[in-house]
Amino acid sequence: MAAIEERLSAVEQSGKGAETPFRRFMSDFLDSRVATAALVTLAAIVLLAVLAPLYVPQNPYDLAQVDVLDARLPPGSKSYQGYTFWLGTDGAGRDLFSAILYGLRISLSVGVMSGFIALVIGSAVGLVAAYAGGRTENFIMRVVDIQLSFPAILIALMLLAVFGKGVDKIMIALVTVQWAYYARTVRGSALVEGGKEYVEAARCLGLSHARILFRHILPNCMAPLIVVGTVQTAHAIALEATLSFLGVGLPQTEPSLGLLISNGFEYMLSGRYWISFFPGVALLITIVSINLVGDQLRDVLNPRLQR
Amino acid sequence: MSKAATLEVGNLRTHFLTKAGAVRAVDDVSFSVRKGEVLGLVGESGSGKSVTGFSIVGLVDPPGRIVSGSIRFNGEELVGASEDRLRQLRGNRIAMIFQDPMMTLNPVLRIDTQMMETLFAHSDIGKQEAWQRSRDALGQVGIPSPEERLRSYPHQLSGGMRQRVAIAIAFLNRPDLIIADEPTTALDVTIQSQIIHEAQQLCRNSGTAMVWITHDLAVVSGLADRICVMYAGRLVEAGSSSGVIDKPRHPYTAGLIGSVPSHNRRGEPLNQIPGMTPSLINLPPGCAFRARCDRGDAACVEEPAEEKLSGGRVVRCFHPLAGGSGA
Repeated sequence: MAAIEERLSAVEQSGKGAETPFRRFMSDFLDSRVATAALVTLAAIVLLAVLAPLYVPQNPYDLAQVDVLDARLPPGSKSYQGYTFWLGTDGAGRDLFSAILYGLRISLSVGVMSGFIALVIGSAVGLVAAYAGGRTENFIMRVVDIQLSFPAILIALMLLAVFGKGVDKIMIALVTVQWAYYARTVRGSALVEGGKEYVEAARCLGLSHARILFRHILPNCMAPLIVVGTVQTAHAIALEATLSFLGVGLPQTEPSLGLLISNGFEYMLSGRYWISFFPGVALLITIVSINLVGDQLRDVLNPRLQR
Repeated sequence: MSKAATLEVGNLRTHFLTKAGAVRAVDDVSFSVRKGEVLGLVGESGSGKSVTGFSIVGLVDPPGRIVSGSIRFNGEELVGASEDRLRQLRGNRIAMIFQDPMMTLNPVLRIDTQMMETLFAHSDIGKQEAWQRSRDALGQVGIPSPEERLRSYPHQLSGGMRQRVAIAIAFLNRPDLIIADEPTTALDVTIQSQIIHEAQQLCRNSGTAMVWITHDLAVVSGLADRICVMYAGRLVEAGSSSGVIDKPRHPYTAGLIGSVPSHNRRGEPLNQIPGMTPSLINLPPGCAFRARCDRGDAACVEEPAEEKLSGGRVVRCFHPLAGGSGA
């Protein structure tokens, strides 16, 4: 008997620990060591990038601080102003450590912001499609299909060829290629949710369409939306790097990771590996950790995969 | 009938126009409910009782639509009323309670949010007042410590509790009419009787008219003032609750009552109605029950008209059972 009571109280205790949905979610998420490591890495990268101006030795965008005499120095060499280039310098004499962190700032902010804008637009469109039904839905979803049948890189290249370079332009391009994924995801889950009885009940309560859509259906579509959002943000960062590498993304004066890699590319064969290598590693770690976090989110938020 | 009816349904026909043909889910149904009265709408699955309920609130989804007939609510015609007008009425003057309390509350919103938004949708009141009214409504349906329950999510409540919350939401705006679509079917029997009791009390106290849709004669016999029996989209019998249960006139009603187990006939095999409910697609004319009826004959190929008997009793049959004293 005592044993049973003990177990009961233990269950009660653990029940109390997992009281709020957020806490239960966090404990599920942290079950996987890989995902935990990825989350910590990602948090560290974001923190390092955001706080970069406070501690990096050089502002790589300020041409007055960059000396072309320092160009292509290998990792560990001393600057002629006295500090050490731990990761070497690039072809223009920029400190790579500083340039990578500044590049990360651009890559992350472009990726996250375009992902967010695409999410807002895409989910609004998807919701409306699912709720309106009939011809409106057909029209919207055929546009989505057409959009998704083109390779993302092709659309982005075409748009940037027309618009030109710049952070705003690359964001427009990224949003254009991404909104359709969100629209499709949200429409799928909104169709499922819209058929459920609580939506019927909400209609019976005389609530307005907007309220039913955004207060009742949308919150129930959040789980897949968060997962797609994470994966698409990683995609956006990779796509931005690709476009910059191809030379249509960001201007030379404000290099993102892709541009840094592309700048160093020509020196690869001459043994000056560091100019491309270190930005590449930074990009790789960032994208892999976002994807690992996204995978774990998918496992935790999908009730069908729950143990 | 002289007292003003809250709801008057007249010759309502709701059909589903499918590719396979018209499904006459509700075909020529008339009934009325007065203030404070409980009407039991009884029938088996697919007899059109739920569609009748949805027709009243104007939420029949395509391809279904109200083909003809009238639905008068407090004297106002609802068939053909604008969507805006219907939305003003829904949840405000006409409320609905659904079958499965597990499904009718939004899983991601707290109880207080769901209750208060119902109030905000129809009246211009402050947060404080809305919260107080929600709390009082929960108290009225017998939920202990309503303040605490207001802060819970639906998954933290039991099925009986959730149905009480659903009933509280239905009564929030003090509606004139409540349509309850099998609200106790998903609950176990002890909870069922409590819920019925509470709903009945609320109706009596507030003068709310109620249409209680169910397949369970036992539920409705103790609860309803009047009973309407539906079969294959048609009203086959209507009358006072005791009249219909004690002296059924239509063979179908008699069959239904005969198939309920009771103490008086312990050990005897149960009567059952032979055959199956006919498909409602392209239903042949005439009495839909004739194939399963032991009293059917050549006359039943014609459509029997509704015959009005004394005491508000209505029966749609050429060969009604002997009613004894009538109503």
